[in-house]
Amino acid sequence: MAIDPTSIAGKHFPTEDHVPLVVIGAGPAGIAAAVEAAGLGMRVMLVDEHPVASALMGIDVPWMFGERMTAAVQNQGRMMESIVAARPDLQAAFDAGVDVRLGVYAWGAFVAGPTSQALPGSLLALADEERSWLVRFDRIIVAAGARDLGLAFPGWDRPGVMGAQGFAAALGLYGAFAGRRIAIIGAGALAAQVAAQARAAGIDIAATIDATQRITGVLGVADVEGIEYARLDGAAPATAACDTIVLAVDVVPNVELFDLLGVPTRYDPSKGGYVPVIDAEGRCSPTVYAAGDCAGLAPAAASGRNAGRAAARDAGLAAPPPEPIAAAPPEDRDQWRRAFLAAHATDARLTICRCEEVPLEDLIGVRPPRYLAYDAARFERRDIRTLAAMGPVNQDQVKRLTRAGMGPCQGRRCREQVQCLLAMQGNQASGDIPMPSYRAPLRPLPLKVITAADETAEMRAGWTSWFGIPEQWLPQWEKAPDGLTWEARVTPSVEE
Amino acid sequence: MSRVVIVGGGATGLSAAFWLRRAGIEVTVIEKGIVGWEASGRNGGGATHAYSPLFREEQRLWPMMDDLLGYPTEYQPKRVRIALNEAQLGFLRDAVNLAAAQGFPAEELDSKTMRDLVPWVPDTVAGGMVYHYGGQANPQRTLQAYAWAVQDLGGIIMQHTVVTGFETAGGAITGVRTDQGLIGCDAVVLAAGPHTAQLAAMLGIIVPVVAARAEMIVTEPVPLIAIGGADGNGLYGRQTLRGNLAYGGGPHEWIDLPDHRTPRAVNSPVMRSVARRLFELFPKLAHLRVIRSWAGVIENTPDGRPILDRLANPGNLVIASMSSVGFGLSPASGRAVMQLVTQGHCDFANLEHLKLSRFDGLAGDWAEEKGWKA
Repeated sequence: MAIDPTSIAGKHFPTEDHVPLVVIGAGPAGIAAAVEAAGLGMRVMLVDEHPVASALMGIDVPWMFGERMTAAVQNQGRMMESIVAARPDLQAAFDAGVDVRLGVYAWGAFVAGPTSQALPGSLLALADEERSWLVRFDRIIVAAGARDLGLAFPGWDRPGVMGAQGFAAALGLYGAFAGRRIAIIGAGALAAQVAAQARAAGIDIAATIDATQRITGVLGVADVEGIEYARLDGAAPATAACDTIVLAVDVVPNVELFDLLGVPTRYDPSKGGYVPVIDAEGRCSPTVYAAGDCAGLAPAAASGRNAGRAAARDAGLAAPPPEPIAAAPPEDRDQWRRAFLAAHATDARLTICRCEEVPLEDLIGVRPPRYLAYDAARFERRDIRTLAAMGPVNQDQVKRLTRAGMGPCQGRRCREQVQCLLAMQGNQASGDIPMPSYRAPLRPLPLKVITAADETAEMRAGWTSWFGIPEQWLPQWEKAPDGLTWEARVTPSVEE
Repeated sequence: MSRVVIVGGGATGLSAAFWLRRAGIEVTVIEKGIVGWEASGRNGGGATHAYSPLFREEQRLWPMMDDLLGYPTEYQPKRVRIALNEAQLGFLRDAVNLAAAQGFPAEELDSKTMRDLVPWVPDTVAGGMVYHYGGQANPQRTLQAYAWAVQDLGGIIMQHTVVTGFETAGGAITGVRTDQGLIGCDAVVLAAGPHTAQLAAMLGIIVPVVAARAEMIVTEPVPLIAIGGADGNGLYGRQTLRGNLAYGGGPHEWIDLPDHRTPRAVNSPVMRSVARRLFELFPKLAHLRVIRSWAGVIENTPDGRPILDRLANPGNLVIASMSSVGFGLSPASGRAVMQLVTQGHCDFANLEHLKLSRFDGLAGDWAEEKGWKA
């Protein structure tokens, strides 16, 4: 069969390794998975992004750090030591011969699928602060943990408002928390965990604001200096002086890699969001496995061992049977979010998407961004409900219209609350809003890093801006001449 | 003429619906998913197609589209094309001739002028061209604008509706069968992109198109430059009015579409090579972060040219495939389709060489012959 030289056919993507098993995330689940699989005879690569670049922390990637990290996070080497010290289990992985890669982002996965039929195998895209590269893998265990749930309240966009995961990492993993006195928002196990971490670190707790209260404002001109809140039943407001506010209502399973791997997900309100569909061993597909918080599995280490065993068994090695994993308690975590938003999303100007500065009314009204001129009268007829009259509301569609979720934080801070708000508008269950797609790169990466420095010569030789069909580019009001060739369409590369 | 059914809620179909409705004709658009969801809403947004007979109409209409539709399209005029070296400059000099011959001038820029216009280019930039025509718009916003304008004019858009067949009588289509029931009609427009072939096959008509996936990347915003439609080095793309850079180019992947569905178009490692060319083009943005990528599925005919044709049998059917270049030309293609439906010919563009009959006698394995198969 002929080959179209300007197509992907015949193009080769250099890979730096071909690993039987790669594990994403060096938390308790990922380490347990890697150690278990290595112990069963697999060659394993364990990838973890921490320490992340301080510039990413500044835009709350991967957690809501709230600009409350000390300058120490700019010292990558020191942070690496801090992380190894904070994760003593890593030693077991080193001892088991696991290829441990810290400070490496797993930012993409390219696998065969209906619109990707040419790839020779499954590829994982990795990067550090300097460069990116590809690794081929046979099996992958995703133990990517959970991220902070962003929820809007007046002043939540101030420096000093962080998430429970960001707070825990600032204190533990990085040892670089810049605050002294915190207010905690939340009343469940997560808030209790934040309080315990704060007490252990000698940090003052100025207030704990629970679901009977609502935040009415954040004090301070630029940074947080305090929080003002009131009882929902209308009692007089109170204030508490603090330099940091920790939002600890909930966390969200990190399913972004599953989405790129083509694994089905489903909404599970007892697990805090969309989670991969798995079997009893954590298997999502014959080559993809889930462990820990990213799949709502606890205890994390046990689920990691199960995934490690499943991967080993699927690779033809002998492995023990899985350990029992308890079902998640049947809580409706969606209700916590709805209650919070019902109490706080009352001001039409409340910012929902911080990167793109989308206020509540523009989200609900499907308004264009404010830098565009538009005829307001036309939009009087348009909102989420009129969009819903044309079919189920799709968050990706709303995102394209309003820009909510399209900013540099990649929707981390508003994805779930937009989902909730859309569902609340349409009197739908949150799980009725389809999961918006995740897109590579899963971390914002500089051009100079993501660039294919390892590109092959045939990629350059056949490069066209748009298909190599020469007839297309000649006057279409005339018959095309015969004998045209694709080379005429190839852009001269900078190497020539 | 009482009712036209348009199959396909993409750029071409929705624009046709808009123009038909403006002409007072009842229209129903049938879309299998969400309007503008596929390639019509995922493309570079360029509106500069000098090789098309619709070029002049494209240039005439775009500056009016916000007013005509009543919703913002983010249309911005002009285009800048950057040449990093003499070889690329030579390529650009050839590229501007076709428009110049139609009275649309481009101006060659020297290195200094280019650096002033696009401050991100390398100091060694050879120069380039500024087109005093053409432009760019936001595909997603424009597609929703078309859809809302159609509704504001009283047209009907049925989303999540799948066409299952056609009813014919006396050499004409009398109804379109869907999973939501039968819709009677006096004329039909097939503007279903890659799925046009499958739909036409239900009528026994061979429309030679095959599908391919292409991809783009998006960066975080950077302060606006004067003419956002600035590209080169094998890339097409633009700076959006928000400031993000959205660029694509490079190898496409031919794919099979086994049924009426369009599977989610994924990205490939080609996105790193797109980033490489963007880095070469704008080395002063080395630290600018890529935050997103996407892909879309488009169709191509064997010569890469549109099929815009009112058939002889059935006599009330218009085939409208834009062969991978649909968005930018859509204001004009929709108006051309309107005229094909209402009067049988287009009075503002020569569509003589865009008829389906040019492919009569095409070998059944033409796509394999070209290497256009998955």
